[in-house]
Amino acid sequence: MSAIFDIDHIALLARLRLTHAEKDKLGRQMETILGYIDQLNQLDTADVEPTSHVIPIHNVFREDEETKPFPEKDYLSLAPAEKKHHYEVPQII
Amino acid sequence: MKYETVIGLEVHAQLKTKTKIFCSCSTEFGRQANENTCPICLGMPGVLPVLNKQAVEFAVRACLATHCEINPHNQFDRKNYFYPDLAKGYQTSQFALPIGKNGHVNIEVNGNKKRIRILRIHMEEDAGKLIHGENLGIPGKSYVDFNRTGTPLTEIVTEPDLRSPEEAREYLTQLKAILEYSEVSDCNMEEGSLRCDANVSLRPVGQEELGTRTELKNLNSFRFVQKAIEYEVDRQSRILDQGDRVIQETRLYDSDKGVTLPMRSKEEAHDYRYFPEPDLVPVAIDSEWVERARKNLPELPEQKRQRFVKEYEIPEYDAGVLTASRALANYYEDSLALFSQPKIVSNWVMGELLRELKNDDRGIENCPVSPTALTDLLKLIDKGSISGKMAKEVFEEMYRTGKPAEDIVKEKGLAQISDSSSIAKLVEDILEANPQQLQDYRSGKDKLFGYFVGQVMKASKGQANPALVNQLLKDKLKQN
Repeated sequence: MSAIFDIDHIALLARLRLTHAEKDKLGRQMETILGYIDQLNQLDTADVEPTSHVIPIHNVFREDEETKPFPEKDYLSLAPAEKKHHYEVPQII
Repeated sequence: MKYETVIGLEVHAQLKTKTKIFCSCSTEFGRQANENTCPICLGMPGVLPVLNKQAVEFAVRACLATHCEINPHNQFDRKNYFYPDLAKGYQTSQFALPIGKNGHVNIEVNGNKKRIRILRIHMEEDAGKLIHGENLGIPGKSYVDFNRTGTPLTEIVTEPDLRSPEEAREYLTQLKAILEYSEVSDCNMEEGSLRCDANVSLRPVGQEELGTRTELKNLNSFRFVQKAIEYEVDRQSRILDQGDRVIQETRLYDSDKGVTLPMRSKEEAHDYRYFPEPDLVPVAIDSEWVERARKNLPELPEQKRQRFVKEYEIPEYDAGVLTASRALANYYEDSLALFSQPKIVSNWVMGELLRELKNDDRGIENCPVSPTALTDLLKLIDKGSISGKMAKEVFEEMYRTGKPAEDIVKEKGLAQISDSSSIAKLVEDILEANPQQLQDYRSGKDKLFGYFVGQVMKASKGQANPALVNQLLKDKLKQN
């Protein structure tokens, strides 16, 4: 098991059921990815302002006006299951 | 052992926009399930959310109304969790750079004034509504309505400054009034537009360090907030008295049983892996924007309270009661516009009116007696047409039937007798009928004056104008 993360915990958060072989493979891949982050961390960014967006623009707004692109049944019909206008999912409590 | 209660509150208030925060779906309550949805709030791949400007305006106003500093540089973050109440797999919220911080709300409990600090205010989207199993369909399934998903909210978080369940309730009452006055939120708890979570811990009196806290959820009314905290304080002090430790956990309040119960840990995932939302650009709020918003800020409860005391010269207590809600303050001022005797109107609104409404569990918004109807009644007293005592009877009838005061007075024959000749006649009759008492009065038994007044009032079935009875009786007794 990796020293910097717990693959079982990550899998739980992502709601993924992984086999031993998958855990092993994905764990090693994540080690590599996190290793890359370590590499980035070596850079001195003390004087660099944090970037939250890559394009230098701000204040893109829409007005508070209602529009309705499609009727709701169009979306409901895309769902694996529905009932009485609700999306049906596996019980979560 | 003696413990000090430490409470912090997190309030979610729905902003009063017509549409959702990142898409143009309606926020109207009570529509058919999933009617208010579109590809954006359903989290379809490839869609692009765009921020509703009005939501930001309202959030700025909420910050100003609670004396918060406004962050000039805002951004949104993704709060990641897998739960079917959000189709995207994350909630768009603010984490690192919330819109407001370091504010406060003033409260007063049992005469003690206190400032409750606000740690932060941030904007976020609401999640959808879940219905479980047989409540809608079949066991083993849950059902999702995404109408509420994407509704704009502000989350208002206090410092752990509250020290009792009463203080928590009072803070909520004040905050609700502030949000209503500033027209930021409807604050309708039944429709979920105001929701509250409470963090509660105990520490031995005198100890600086905070104890282990529990987070209480599902507090659907101010009364439940108070009750749930009371229960939790009791529960935690019993644990500590036994020498055990409180477990940090989220607990749900069961209002039917009046207890808090631990949420199953499966429902929690405190590992949200926040990161900046790349689909939304930053929001810059410059001082010009803030000043414009400040100028447009409606009168707040505290200002209104002070104005009432100054302008109408009513006691501070009255002003506090009358400004508790904006609707009540409006009712009062609407009444004053029709009958300009501030203290009399205040007495009637705080006394008869609020008592009837409370008995009825009704808000002032649904009051069956309008300001016009109330002041018509007060004018009748003012003219001397009915006595204050009768007016109370008339008011009850007005409240029950919605009839105008004048009609009720006529129907019941309650009109006060203010015509001197009929009262003079009654006075003469009474004195004639009580020669013994009259003689005793003359020989120095002054107290009998009250007896004569009583007799006259009785003879008039309580309808004689008491001031006039007094006057005429005095005159008559002097004459003879």
